[in-house]
Amino acid sequence: MSNGVPIVRFENIEKSFGSFKAVDGVTLDVPNNSFFALLGPSGCGKTTLLRMLAGFEHPTSGRILIDGEDMAGIPPNKRPVNMVFQSYAVFPHMTVRENVGYGLKVSGVPKSEIAPRVEEAIQMVRLDGFADRKPDKLSGGQRQRVALARALVKKPKLLLLDEPLSALDKKLREDMQLELVRLQQEVGISFVIVTHDQDEALSMADLIAVMNRGKVLQVAPPWDLYEEPNCRFVADFIGEMNLFEGRMLSVDGGHARLDLKGIGLVDVPWDYPATSDVALAVRPEKMRLYREEPELGWVRLPGKVAQVAYFGDNSQVFVETSQAGRVVVLRHNQSRSRDEPYRTGADCWVAFEPTDGIVLSD
Amino acid sequence: MRNPIGPLEFTRRGWVRLWLLAVFVFLYAPIVILVAFSFNQSRRNIVWTGFTTDWYGRALNNASLIEAFTNSIMIALISTVLSVILGGLLALGLYRFRFPGKPVLDGVAALPIVIPEICLGVALLVFYARAGWPTGLPWPLNLSQVIIGHVVFSFPFVAVVVRARMEGFDRSLEEASKDLGASEWQTFWNVTLPYMKTGLIAGALLAMTLSLDDFVITFFTSGPETITFPVKIYSMVRQSVTPEVNAASTILILFTVLLTVIALKFQKPSEGVG
Repeated sequence: MSNGVPIVRFENIEKSFGSFKAVDGVTLDVPNNSFFALLGPSGCGKTTLLRMLAGFEHPTSGRILIDGEDMAGIPPNKRPVNMVFQSYAVFPHMTVRENVGYGLKVSGVPKSEIAPRVEEAIQMVRLDGFADRKPDKLSGGQRQRVALARALVKKPKLLLLDEPLSALDKKLREDMQLELVRLQQEVGISFVIVTHDQDEALSMADLIAVMNRGKVLQVAPPWDLYEEPNCRFVADFIGEMNLFEGRMLSVDGGHARLDLKGIGLVDVPWDYPATSDVALAVRPEKMRLYREEPELGWVRLPGKVAQVAYFGDNSQVFVETSQAGRVVVLRHNQSRSRDEPYRTGADCWVAFEPTDGIVLSD
Repeated sequence: MRNPIGPLEFTRRGWVRLWLLAVFVFLYAPIVILVAFSFNQSRRNIVWTGFTTDWYGRALNNASLIEAFTNSIMIALISTVLSVILGGLLALGLYRFRFPGKPVLDGVAALPIVIPEICLGVALLVFYARAGWPTGLPWPLNLSQVIIGHVVFSFPFVAVVVRARMEGFDRSLEEASKDLGASEWQTFWNVTLPYMKTGLIAGALLAMTLSLDDFVITFFTSGPETITFPVKIYSMVRQSVTPEVNAASTILILFTVLLTVIALKFQKPSEGVG
């Protein structure tokens, strides 16, 4: 692998199924040795993009390069990539060992070389002791490990994972997330994972591409994606978001003055040319709740608690404000007290610092 | 103390047990009587006069009966192999590919199952006469007309069974195989065929039994010199029903039961899953 050359390059990829455009002009680089996530709602084209990398779909137009090599006309069994399927697709009639060795066997690797590589792969995914079992004697998590070992034993340049954790329960899913990150660092190849789960993408990936309707909207590391989304869709899709609609009145020396509906004039940092219609987006955890009007220079909104969603470690408090509609505030449950002051129907104040908001223009 | 009978514990209700017993008697009493009277000393199948195995000796020494039996086995074996290949391929093609006229083929493929056997028999007879099919060929080529006739009506059964099996197939298994470096052929051989195996064995059993006991189509397609087991028994029964017929039938029953047991042994339980 040469440094500098991205392991995957999509050049203006389009893919149509009949009149439906599944992928609409995607240009994207996946850097070497990275954990890359394709994130988006179902039907956004992320799986189609992954299947084109594996060779199961062909782009209607555009080029796909893997490690600098054009993949046009190269069938799936000749590509330097391997895939972990959503259903795991572990061969039911083979033992774990036979499953893991399958790829080497059909590629004509000498028998003497297969055995040690298979054992090594089985150890790497921590399935020692299960090698002679058939898949129907394994749990879902173990089957997934078989699928991983089976793909990694081929030493691909790139590992593709199609919604690999969607069938696991929450606890196991969290374990596997850590496991996948460990594996990626251990084998030192790029992983491309497709997911609709934003938490999964944020916690595992180095780089995330958010897709919607066949287009890539933003490619950024997790922090940037969460704190500096570039459009309303990304802001709304990643985490929770309160949007306050308004207009930009003036721009002056790194600041902009906004006129927000129901709130009034607000100054925020702004380094770009002036636009007209904007929204100020504020994350729920950046908003505070008060029982009485706080003595702060922040934006303050009186309201009534409309609903509380309790998650144990924290609660989402939905407040119906008289000026700006319904907002959601995240409250950490730091004390064990049953005396929750913000019950449904309680009067309260919501406050936030305008600089914690993100100005979105489209 | 007895537990009260739960809503789904049907077999604990008295009248259900009685009904089940009646059903089993209705189904199996004739077969039990057939087997029992094959050991009867009397020439008639009406009164029991004593135990003997003479009739088995007679049946096994009856050269024309043995010839008919060998013919039947030969026909069943060859037509089963051909039906499994044709039926399996048809099922795979219908499962795998999309092509114009697929719904039509899907419907037409099942036609031999629903067409009355007598019509198929007449049609084959007319066809062979029209085509000038050679007669008087050496054994087993002289069975070709019957074999082809049997394949015509039994391969759709194989196709239906295998198709039903394929409905549960996870297509990503084939994709995974190719992704791991296998060619189309390796994928079929290592992944698809092992999955089809259960369906193929079930289909083969069906084809085998259908062929072994077929009377109508055999009657129409066999030449005067080829006689199969069911046809032979029919001609024996027309003269008189002796325990020799019972003995021959019992041997056939034993044969088919044995086949089924062997086939079931082939299907290990763990491979039926997934």
